[in-house]
Amino acid sequence: MTERDDIIRESRETDLLSAFEGDVPVGGRTPAAIREFGGKYLPALLSFFVVIFLWEGLTRLFGIETFVLPKPSEIITSFIETWNVVWSAGFKTLYEAVGGFVIGVSAALLTSFAAARWVRFREGMLPVAIAANATPIVALAPIFNNWFSITSPLSKMAVVAVVVYFPVMINTTRGLLEVDQAELELMRSVAATPTETMLRVRVPHALPFFFASLKVASALSLIAAIVAEYFGGPQDVLGQYIINRANLFQFPDAWAAILVASILGVAFYVLILAAERLFMPWHVSFRTSE
Amino acid sequence: MTMVVDARGVGKVFGGGAEAVQALTGIDLEMETGDFISLIGPSGCGKSTLLRLVADLLEPTSGELLINAKSPSRARLDRDYGMVFQSATLLDWRTVRKNVELPLEIMDVPTEERSKRATEMLDLVQLDQFADHYPWQLSGGMQQRVAIARALAFQPSLLLMDEPFGALDEMTRELMQQEVLRLWGETGISVVFVTHSIPEAVFLSTRVLVMTPRPGTINTEIVIDLPAERDLSTRESPRYFELITEVREALRRGES
Repeated sequence: MTERDDIIRESRETDLLSAFEGDVPVGGRTPAAIREFGGKYLPALLSFFVVIFLWEGLTRLFGIETFVLPKPSEIITSFIETWNVVWSAGFKTLYEAVGGFVIGVSAALLTSFAAARWVRFREGMLPVAIAANATPIVALAPIFNNWFSITSPLSKMAVVAVVVYFPVMINTTRGLLEVDQAELELMRSVAATPTETMLRVRVPHALPFFFASLKVASALSLIAAIVAEYFGGPQDVLGQYIINRANLFQFPDAWAAILVASILGVAFYVLILAAERLFMPWHVSFRTSE
Repeated sequence: MTMVVDARGVGKVFGGGAEAVQALTGIDLEMETGDFISLIGPSGCGKSTLLRLVADLLEPTSGELLINAKSPSRARLDRDYGMVFQSATLLDWRTVRKNVELPLEIMDVPTEERSKRATEMLDLVQLDQFADHYPWQLSGGMQQRVAIARALAFQPSLLLMDEPFGALDEMTRELMQQEVLRLWGETGISVVFVTHSIPEAVFLSTRVLVMTPRPGTINTEIVIDLPAERDLSTRESPRYFELITEVREALRRGES
């Protein structure tokens, strides 16, 4: 930081500017960018393959039975053979997860804005919300099955929505409230209304908190959907499929379903990561080579 | 002639009951158009509090305070003053240009006019080449210049500066002081400047108000009779050093 400061401090000559052009996000893929990409993702890819090879090798070496832990090769075979069934189940579960996610996040945002706007609401609501957050929410699944009908995806969405609601609400509220005092004074000094301060200072401040909570929520939403499915309902979803295949000792099939769940989870997460970059390209975590 | 700042017996008490703290008492101040007044004093002498009363970020608990013959709150709503804080307080998610445009957006200035005004201001603080950079890409001194451009963007008649160069190194600080004097000369604006630094107060001001703590009050006023044009040679002139000594002794007297 200080080194670059020295270079550009008080510089009015353009040629000195080139000294930190590398720090400015650039659109094009330069050779350096490709090298950086490789440097960043190669170790992760490598350790992924090492784990798979160790898994395959050790299960073969020690002759571990398929019903204990199937070999990766068996899981892949089953994954390909059951492709249609397992993906169809996956998308049905994803539908519940995303539906619940949208409901939960929307409710959380409404609460957060109300909490940031009205002190009374905040003081009354937050302690209750934090107490409710400590309740293991999947325990509600059988009750939601009763309320929203066990056969309807709505009963699973309800579990997901409640699970997702709390981390998003608590984090977003914090982001909206934890604003630098000087920035609030600045807005007051230019006679900004509370709404303008909300839109121009509080909301941008809350975005990093909001997206951090969305990342947690995206993973939680799939977990919650599958766990909710374990409590009963239609058979053509991941949770029930896993239970049924496991009961039939078809463990590679169950593992293939877990693989689908994990692919969907990663895809959901990556989608939110992309949205995060789109909505807050300024953020400190995306600044290159500090 | 109306005063830019006209304070009579202004006092400020924080809290109430047994916990009440008298932060300021009996502040009298008449500031004319074009004045450059520095408030100097040890921590806790209430100089930032006084600035915040003028800015209507705080309300006085006694006395009468008028800004351009209006109540501070009216003056704030009329955007009579621009304010520069100790930290640059730039919004991270806005480019330099968008930061300068912020007050204009709130005033509903049309886009074209906004962009024109921002360009002028960035020219004025000589940061036109950095308009599309983000704050974190600038040095501390440059960030503070953006904050000054933002405070001047809506052409207020008064500039309030709260230890604006406190976090800068000595070299940058001297350059910034020169810059502020240039802006002051070019715009004819009135400035209230809060600082810890005796040389800074003497170099910049037409008047230095020495404040003393517990309770905060203006102890001594020192008129700075240095030539209007000030540069490096001013910093080396005997009169400059005499005035520095004078301010320092006034601060000492306040301590005892």
